[in-house]
Amino acid sequence: MSCLQTIADYGLRSIGIGERLLPRSDFTLCQQFTLIGSGLIWNIYFAVFALVLGFGLSLALALARNAATPVLSKPAQWFIFVFRGSPLFIQFFLFYEAFTLLPKNGIDLNLGFVEITAGTRWLTRAGAGALIVLFLNTSAYAGEIFYGALRSVPKGDLEAADAYGFSGWKKFRRITFPTMLRLAWPAYTNESIFLTHATTLVFFSSFPAWQQKGDALYYANYFADKTFNPFVPYPILAFYFILLSLAIILFYGRVYRHLNRYLPQERRPRLRVRPQMVR
Amino acid sequence: MFAYCADPDSLEGLRWFACYLTTGKHMLFYQSFGFVIVLMLITAPIALGVGFAGALASRSHVAPLRWLGTGYTSLVRGVPDIAFFLFMPLALDQGLEWLRHKAKCPDWDGPIRQGSDFVVCAEAKLPLSSSPQWVHEYYGIVLGIAAFAFVFGAFAAFVLAGAMNAVPKAQMETAEAYGMTRRQATWRVLVPQMWIYALPGLSNLWMILIKATPLLFLLGIEDVVYWARELGGRKTSAYDYPHGDWRLWYFLGLLVFYLLLTRISEIGFARLARRLSRGQATLAGAEGARA
Repeated sequence: MSCLQTIADYGLRSIGIGERLLPRSDFTLCQQFTLIGSGLIWNIYFAVFALVLGFGLSLALALARNAATPVLSKPAQWFIFVFRGSPLFIQFFLFYEAFTLLPKNGIDLNLGFVEITAGTRWLTRAGAGALIVLFLNTSAYAGEIFYGALRSVPKGDLEAADAYGFSGWKKFRRITFPTMLRLAWPAYTNESIFLTHATTLVFFSSFPAWQQKGDALYYANYFADKTFNPFVPYPILAFYFILLSLAIILFYGRVYRHLNRYLPQERRPRLRVRPQMVR
Repeated sequence: MFAYCADPDSLEGLRWFACYLTTGKHMLFYQSFGFVIVLMLITAPIALGVGFAGALASRSHVAPLRWLGTGYTSLVRGVPDIAFFLFMPLALDQGLEWLRHKAKCPDWDGPIRQGSDFVVCAEAKLPLSSSPQWVHEYYGIVLGIAAFAFVFGAFAAFVLAGAMNAVPKAQMETAEAYGMTRRQATWRVLVPQMWIYALPGLSNLWMILIKATPLLFLLGIEDVVYWARELGGRKTSAYDYPHGDWRLWYFLGLLVFYLLLTRISEIGFARLARRLSRGQATLAGAEGARA
């Protein structure tokens, strides 16, 4: 069997397209590369959606935490504390158990005029349930980063905005928000990389890999178990993830350049990822 | 535990819980919390040592050593840590067995990898098949600790290298002007001063170490996660203390345990930082003097 044939059979195996049965014996290097690469689809799916959705919630959390009224700041503080202070692994288990305890047939919602049944089954699937956990988790971490950046927006900038008659929404949108984002960006890049790495945990916590549709680490582990040789699948996985990390740095570096575009040329900082290993 | 626990079927309410929570298995569950803490206390100094060596290597003037140091830290940072936790124990086990095989059975002629089997001679097995059960268990734990030390050593190396660069250059230049060799300058000037710069990074690292401990479960070690799943699962009336699916509550307990652990560490590190920065020529040091 040629390698192209293998790619056609297993290239999209992780999302259920192609050959049903995983290879069972005589594993070739091509099969390992293809299947582990196919699993990467899940990692990218989790990372992209959790980050995109989490960006909004983390901004809301940062602003709420910075609010003068404790009605807003206390819940935000607690949310961040709980999700940052506990292991993601435990959070996966906890949410999975909570999702399985929901009634199987769905919850009847009475909206007064019409009764609808909200299904709950899909929450126990990795694609939705684990995404929710990752989304909440990254929101807490990024919320803390944005909060820190919000606190370090230079006072002079804000006073200048006041002097120009900016206030409220306009001041936030034109002055506070861009500066905050610029200050937070290196740390946020770091968080994004580590969130992407954390997506490999999904299929090793409670969430089942339904019909053996798993992520890159799931397949790497499958090969390591079957061949009893960890020296091939894990380096392949490492290769993919280093590429993925580099792609993230490249993308965030572009955005960072854009965020800094109005600074004088020699004062533009370069994106140096300081891995603070937030997880 | 209590005298009235002899007949679990007759118990109700608080007494039922008092007996339920003090069964032998629950005692093992409570012990595993202590086990987690002991494990962290063992891993942290090893990782710090590995990190220190890595940081020194990445600053070395010998090029291959420098490549080794920087390669090690950037490789671990670029790859998910879970992959290392799964890879390292297996790789270490096979590596050690292979080395022993080479040393102890030189006249063995069969290949070591036969299909999906890894075959070494009986004398090279680790642990030996004749060793008692506890050796097998401890061997697994030691491999787990090695995996943790490898990953966290790389992180620590990065933090310590940063701290070494943060020590003012003038200090090292002065040391050289006094005629110290590079080695002397490193040990007498650089190393004593770097710790205050390293503290924020190291405290962060400790937090991550705390939060990484549940991953031991993946290595097949009977840790808190193992017991929470074991005890929380539905128990039919065949058991002494039947109950429904209580895993949610057990995991909630674990969540609280980890929150407490990180919170206490946070407070401890804040105190330590205040102490260490006393008298330092930094903003925090100046504030300490005023208070």
